[in-house]
Amino acid sequence: MRGKLVGMNGDRAVAYAVKQADVDVISAYPITPQTIIVETLAEYVNNGELDAAFIPVESEHSALSAAVGASLSGARVFTATSSQGLALMYEILWIAAGLRTTIVMAIGNRALSPNINIHCSHDDAYAARDTGWLQFFAENVQEAYDLTLMAFRISEDHRVLFPSIVNLDGFILTHALEGLYVLEDSDVKAFLPKKEPVNPVDPGKPMTYGALDLFDWYMEHRRQQYASLESARPIIKEVFEEYSNLTGRKYSPVKSFNTEGAEVAVMILGSSAGTARYVARKLAEKGKKIGVISLTQYRPFPAKELREAIKDASVVAVMDRSVSFGSPGAQLFMDVSATLIRSKVRPLLFNVIYGLGGRDLTPAHIEKVVDLAESVMRRGEAPEEPVWVGVRGDEL
Amino acid sequence: MSELKFVKTLKEIPRAEHFAPGHRLCAGCGIPQVVRMALKAVPNPKVVVNATGCLEVSTTVFPYTSWGVPWIHVAFENAAAVASGIEAAFKILSKKYGKQKPKVIVFAGDGGTFDIGFQALSGALERGHDMIYICYDNEAYMNTGIQRSGATPKGASTTTSPAGRVIPGKLERKKNLIEIAIAHGIPYAATMNPAFPVDMYNKLVKAASVSGPVVLHYFTPCPTGWYFDPSKSIEIARLAVQTRIWPLYEYENSRVRITVPVKEPKPIEDYFKLQGRFRHLLEPQNRWLLEEIKRDVEENWNRLLKLASQ
Repeated sequence: MRGKLVGMNGDRAVAYAVKQADVDVISAYPITPQTIIVETLAEYVNNGELDAAFIPVESEHSALSAAVGASLSGARVFTATSSQGLALMYEILWIAAGLRTTIVMAIGNRALSPNINIHCSHDDAYAARDTGWLQFFAENVQEAYDLTLMAFRISEDHRVLFPSIVNLDGFILTHALEGLYVLEDSDVKAFLPKKEPVNPVDPGKPMTYGALDLFDWYMEHRRQQYASLESARPIIKEVFEEYSNLTGRKYSPVKSFNTEGAEVAVMILGSSAGTARYVARKLAEKGKKIGVISLTQYRPFPAKELREAIKDASVVAVMDRSVSFGSPGAQLFMDVSATLIRSKVRPLLFNVIYGLGGRDLTPAHIEKVVDLAESVMRRGEAPEEPVWVGVRGDEL
Repeated sequence: MSELKFVKTLKEIPRAEHFAPGHRLCAGCGIPQVVRMALKAVPNPKVVVNATGCLEVSTTVFPYTSWGVPWIHVAFENAAAVASGIEAAFKILSKKYGKQKPKVIVFAGDGGTFDIGFQALSGALERGHDMIYICYDNEAYMNTGIQRSGATPKGASTTTSPAGRVIPGKLERKKNLIEIAIAHGIPYAATMNPAFPVDMYNKLVKAASVSGPVVLHYFTPCPTGWYFDPSKSIEIARLAVQTRIWPLYEYENSRVRITVPVKEPKPIEDYFKLQGRFRHLLEPQNRWLLEEIKRDVEENWNRLLKLASQ
């Protein structure tokens, strides 16, 4: 592993990566469990360790608005938020992507109200999924650090030019102290040179940003934005590979464990993937082969890579740390369903809802999910409704 | 301030234009005048941030633009926040990489300033960003079709405060934007009016010379929303000042100066009778409201005089 081993929680690891990325502007508003990120950055700036402008805005809406202005002006820009804060930013999420800013934002994933809850759900990440931002999920503190650095590089690539979100599970990663390897500043500088903005705000070359589109142009612009986001896929992979070569830590859009030849697969995002793999390893000792699939890249959705990872499975349990009210399944489940509908291999799918508001997901829960998956395989029929694990009442 | 290029007549105002004439604002609209003046008075380099509103939708219909300077529109309520980001970015980019720092000018309507954009404006003023924030106030949400705003004056009829048989128009006073702005401790704030272009130009020149946030409150007649003939626009604007309804003054380092004194005010009815939005106030059953408005105007003027004499 390249770099030096240090101990940090997820928030501090993100802040450290942002410092090493030598950002120019940070605009932020505090919200738990993200706050440590911006507090740490404010310390760096006020201690002279980071030469950046820190804009302590009066709301998340303004945090992202100021970030848009700063990014278009040519600055490297960072912000962070969680839950309600992301909800308040929502309208600007679309604009930040549509104006092709290169903002990097960390989300300390947290449940939405009511009732008010500061712990982990993926409601916030999912709420941003259609807005045109690239999205990555960290599984541990190391990944939170690595993905933050990679996000700047990917977003600012002239073939990409879209803003990025790095998701890290609230408290589970934001506050957990873990060992991680941090790169030398010089390595980061070589991997992530100074931002070279495309068409920045320049009084010498006046441009109009964010004009009015009527029915005669709006659709063409949306079509172009769609195509541009699609064309970012190979570049994300390229940066993942380059970073893997630099650090010795392997990154790819889809992370597969034991999927080769496994008839049952569990799909899961974020920090819980480790728990699922732990159970899969334990069951492997008993002769069972359970595949685990998690996604590092969530948007654009890596459909092709997912189909490849899933090709041997007869049943896939898709686990969501969220509820999508009134829909046929939660968000990841819908993504996976849409992906597999175009597949020659059509495993049976069912949706599992877990971990809302920071509820622990234990190895026993995963075992229950595996048991259900096996019975689904035997019966040849999957449950229509999402099943809930770790909940009082109608638990799986 | 002696080195500033103040003017005494219209002829001295620079002829160079940075705002193209082919915009789609209504005939008789007062907004383009403040835009032209601001772009003349504020020296280069400069950047414009525009909130959603009449000005934005009328000047940047893709693929056209009326703007000869960098222009950014992000959303309705965040112009001051976007400007904060631009200002902070150029400040640090000039420190780190020697980029030249432009002056940031914001244009936002009364809806985008008094109401939905109020929080972002307050935040930007409190943080002390170097920007000239210009609110063009046509006293209602005109872009969406004449709905009342926090800037709509008492007595005005709008589609959401119609002059009905029971409630004769808006009953609440207009927010005092300038004094709210000044309460943030900003160095300069002033009111402007298109019928007094020399006064307006000189205030813009002063605003451009100030470091820190500046708020300029610009009165702009709206033929569509106020129901008057477009040819009457400047006449109405002038009457607003002459009746003391729209005093022209400035706050500079907390000192008030009335820049256009009105010794003998014209009757408020002269101003009201030219506009459909106030016509009902001249009917006998609404006399009480007209009297109340007159008292408000007098009270406000006396208060300003008192502040100016301190």
